[in-house]
Amino acid sequence: MEWEVVIGLETHTQLQTNSKIFSGASVKYGAEPNTQACEVSLALPGVLPVLNKQAVHCAIKFGLAINAHIAPRSVFARKNYFYPDLPKGYQISQFELPVVGKGAITIQVPAAGKQEAYEKVVNITRAHLEEDAGKSVHGAVESMSGIDLNRAGTPLLEIVTEPDMRSAAEAVAYAKKLHELVQWIGICDGNMQEGSFRCDVNVSVRPKGSDKLGTRREIKNLNSFKFMTQAIEYETRWQIETLEDGGKIQQATVLFNPDTGETRAMRSKEEANDYRYFPDPDLLPLIITEADKARVSADMPELPAAMKARLEAQYGLSSYDANSLTSSRDLADYFIATITAGAEAKQTANWVMGSLSAKLNSEDKSISHSPISAEQLAQLLKRISDGTISNNAAKQVFEAMWQGEGEADAIIAAKGLKQESDSGAIEAIIDEVLAANAAMVEEFKAGKEKAFNALVGQAMKASKGKANPAQVNDILKKKLQA
Amino acid sequence: MAKNDLSNGSLKSYADLLQSKQISSVELTQEFLARIHRYNPSINAFIALDEAKTLAQAKAADVRIASGKAAPLTGIPIAQKDIFCAKGWPTTCGSKMLANFVAPYDAHVISQFDAAGAVNLGKTNMDEFAMGSSNETSYFGGVKNPWSFDRVPGGSSGGSAAAVAARLCAAATGTDTGGSIRQPASLCGFTGLKPTYGVVSRFGMIAFASSLDQAGPMAKSAEDCALMMNVMAGFDERDSTSLDRAKEDYCRDLNKPLAGLKIGLPKEFFAEGLSADVGKVIGNSIAEYKKLGAEIIDISLPNTGLSIPVYYVLAPAEASSNLSRYDGVRYGHRADSYTDLMDMYCKSRAQGFGAEVKRRILIGTYVLSAGYYDAYYLKAQQIRRLIAQDFVEAFKQCDVIMGPAAPSTAFKAGEKVDDPVAMYLQDIYTISTNLAGLPGMSVPAGFANSNDGKALPVGLQIIGNYFDEARMLNVAHQYQQVTDWHNQAPSLPEGNA
Repeated sequence: MEWEVVIGLETHTQLQTNSKIFSGASVKYGAEPNTQACEVSLALPGVLPVLNKQAVHCAIKFGLAINAHIAPRSVFARKNYFYPDLPKGYQISQFELPVVGKGAITIQVPAAGKQEAYEKVVNITRAHLEEDAGKSVHGAVESMSGIDLNRAGTPLLEIVTEPDMRSAAEAVAYAKKLHELVQWIGICDGNMQEGSFRCDVNVSVRPKGSDKLGTRREIKNLNSFKFMTQAIEYETRWQIETLEDGGKIQQATVLFNPDTGETRAMRSKEEANDYRYFPDPDLLPLIITEADKARVSADMPELPAAMKARLEAQYGLSSYDANSLTSSRDLADYFIATITAGAEAKQTANWVMGSLSAKLNSEDKSISHSPISAEQLAQLLKRISDGTISNNAAKQVFEAMWQGEGEADAIIAAKGLKQESDSGAIEAIIDEVLAANAAMVEEFKAGKEKAFNALVGQAMKASKGKANPAQVNDILKKKLQA
Repeated sequence: MAKNDLSNGSLKSYADLLQSKQISSVELTQEFLARIHRYNPSINAFIALDEAKTLAQAKAADVRIASGKAAPLTGIPIAQKDIFCAKGWPTTCGSKMLANFVAPYDAHVISQFDAAGAVNLGKTNMDEFAMGSSNETSYFGGVKNPWSFDRVPGGSSGGSAAAVAARLCAAATGTDTGGSIRQPASLCGFTGLKPTYGVVSRFGMIAFASSLDQAGPMAKSAEDCALMMNVMAGFDERDSTSLDRAKEDYCRDLNKPLAGLKIGLPKEFFAEGLSADVGKVIGNSIAEYKKLGAEIIDISLPNTGLSIPVYYVLAPAEASSNLSRYDGVRYGHRADSYTDLMDMYCKSRAQGFGAEVKRRILIGTYVLSAGYYDAYYLKAQQIRRLIAQDFVEAFKQCDVIMGPAAPSTAFKAGEKVDDPVAMYLQDIYTISTNLAGLPGMSVPAGFANSNDGKALPVGLQIIGNYFDEARMLNVAHQYQQVTDWHNQAPSLPEGNA
């Protein structure tokens, strides 16, 4: 039987606010345990939550970015369960009435094997505001478990998709797109190691062609795209094998173990909590007016999809190039800054996605930490365009700039890379080459095209690589045909 | 004022004595502390005293008075219900769970009194987590009704009630979730006001049922309550349900004449369940209002009978969640020995909470459970709106609503402890105002003789429209100008003289 995998994601994005969602305590990562736990974080008797307006701003921003319905009235609810890192014994979340309703995100699924790259729309069910829990710390005190409540109350936006994805590749493409988007609009720092962006993946399988959903298992807390791919692929195989062996899938929450590459059930549905959700009487319903939305809208950067269209229309870039350049805000900003400094668009696109990206990747640097600034790169590209240096020389200049040897012009001068574009001088060199290589000239005249390239090579060599290759070509052609 | 009358003074009389330097705050405070030493061992109204702290506040108040910067309550000793967190004070909420808890911060109410220069006399006994109508659920033992030591003071603010009635403080604070200020005010014979929901910040006030809890004053007279309200009320951004309204002077209308006042008498408040002697006292007080020029209108609050069942779904639902934080992890009671995390939770909570609190956590957990939520919680919320709508209709016909605050006079200790439903019925006349969020007060209206011949106080309940506290205080104050019930104090059996 042929099987189809059905995947939906729930992503917890930590919102970039100065303070917690219901108190004034700091949300900075990495502080000493419990130094950012105020009375509210500790859930002392008598404390009350007060909603952080910045968190609401972030939620509206996300809603606008995915063209979603933003609820004029949403409600905070209590999700009740006992756990040591949950100080109140309930988490304040949103249940029946979330702040962001239905929306959509268009993803680009890259080519793989015979499968060509394609676009797909992933529907967003909802996104709701909630508070994070604290952390249990094991091993800090011998034979005891510690609780660190610094993270308790950190604002999260939980983004839930429809079960729209049909492969690990689609799920990862969605997760990456979402990861880019939340950083692009400035609501999340996207730091997966620090837990700012965590994905829970719901996976089920069904016979291909069936419209009934299979029983799902939820893979919790995947914090890298690599693990996500591995976990989904393992889980899918496991479910198919289980069903083919005549077994049944039990609804369950599973954890992915990166060391073994396997998923393992942590609790089944029977053990699941009854969370006894009810509206939090300590908080008023969240009211969002058209004016609120307009204010956030005014604060919204150009979105990637709009910028992609603009790059194609305004600069004549290919859809592929425009898409790649808008894959992150930093990359797009770098590209725009480079052309604003005078470089040509297509050439800039090639260099940014080619040499620069390769170099950044090889040294594991992000574009915002590029040793070559957009302005510096623009100066280099202008020197190629105006014929000052050849493409080959440009690569040397780029390398030197990367090593911090200075600006393009200075490096060209210091290394003597300026190419020879004086046609008189080039003519003289070619005359010498023709005189010294009469045999080659004969071969060419006898119809051996390769001899032409060899003569160009001789001329370039004679000029020590400085002659403008296009000019060498032209002049040589004329002389041979004369 | 003679010194033996000192404890029976009004807040205004204390302010006059203090500001004219006839007495110092330290002297006034010591007067009350002396009475506490003498009578509290038998009454058990106070469960935490800290004389050093109290007298330091009194000294500071004297300095402030000397500098001419006194506010109306500067230097006056106030008893605080032990539901309010007060920095450096034990704050137990009447529970073993918090018996070892010392608050590291001040509730809004506490900081308001501090800013006014009032003196914190001590923390008063209460039903555990404010769940009870007799003060018998307190981990720290019952409280005696100063009018008859074999009877209860009402609850949950029983300690504050007995302290005010026995003149162990100048005035006290209370909280009222279903009647916890008004029922004890009725049973102990003093004036108590539950303001409109949202008028007094709940920040730092230990939550029982968040959508119903409201703090208010417990004092001898309406005028005293108005002065207390001037300190307690006001917007606080730390409580999202606190109402952002302009500060008001609750004394401003005290002296307005009542001619033309329309008083609504809901027939449901005078039906079966009201004891005859209480009904008679209420009737007399209504007659007094007629003499003051008020017009009496018969009204109906048809859903009154549903208020207790609705309350006993909603309040426990909220409580079951509010009390989840008492898990033995960060503060409060933790069992000495346990095998694992679940065992620690179970043992700590089983040991830390009393029977009534457990009963309500169980009820609340049940009504919020999957499969029961719609039938109980959601249905109760719908009826809650109907109950509020009853009042909206009623206030189209009248300015204030009157009736009894409690169905009977103080009952004997132990009489209802094993019958929770009978205990819950104590709040039959008060609960609907909490559900509607309306202000209500209880005003001393006379006495009824118990079958063993004791004169026991009866309270008249006045219910006002939203934010009508100033008018209600005016209505009560005018009554107190022509009656003397609020000045009656019990004669206490000799304590540790």
